[in-house]
Amino acid sequence: MAVEVRVPTILRSYTGGAKVVEGSGETLSGLIDNLDAQHNGLKGRLITPEGGLHRFVNIYVNDEDVRFLGALEAPVKDGDSVTILPAVAGGALGFAAAAALLGK
Amino acid sequence: MNGVLTIDSAIVSAIVAHARRDHPDEACGVVAGPAGSDLPTRHIAMDNAARSMTFYEFDSMEQLRVWREMDDNDEEPVVIYHSHTATEAYPSRTDVKFAGEPGAHYVLVSTREPDAEEIRSFRIVDGVVTEEEVNIVDATVDA
Repeated sequence: MAVEVRVPTILRSYTGGAKVVEGSGETLSGLIDNLDAQHNGLKGRLITPEGGLHRFVNIYVNDEDVRFLGALEAPVKDGDSVTILPAVAGGALGFAAAAALLGK
Repeated sequence: MNGVLTIDSAIVSAIVAHARRDHPDEACGVVAGPAGSDLPTRHIAMDNAARSMTFYEFDSMEQLRVWREMDDNDEEPVVIYHSHTATEAYPSRTDVKFAGEPGAHYVLVSTREPDAEEIRSFRIVDGVVTEEEVNIVDATVDA
């Protein structure tokens, strides 16, 4: 058993085109490290240099947004299903102002 | 311009009506279509979770539901649209930063003029914006 991870189109260049990959870990953070070891570079698309979750993706554990589950500390276990989606956002506001509004 | 977005006039009307309804806040949504068809057939108005005049953001739980539904129907997001309510229908730097669906047509509607809409379509791939023609056709689907 492992954690099943669904990867969006934009990140499939890291997974050799695979839509679903498997990983392991006890927290989302551990899972992402494990995934990055198999798919080099993936972590940088999910986690900021400061160590927080990227604004450009939404990550769900068993259909719950991880921002409500402790973010990178969200627990995961074998058999869980993790979904990564590109966050859909934008607007006329300048990027710096938008980032400030979002508290990032 | 290279590409072209072919879209039914009824769907364009629905997008414009949504943008007008939410004005002066930005409106946003998706038009799904059969995977690989490049034909937008099913209009889905999304909530702007930011409820802002200058920013839009899909609600993450609504997005998961809609993306899962598209997956189940063997559809993909052919069009991702939003409105600019005081500026032109051209992708902002924020739009480009966030653009995460390289296969989608990014449609922008400007509602800054009360009685005329500006509708433009773009590809946004790896931070590069390419405008494309919008070919509005009649009655290919029921919107």
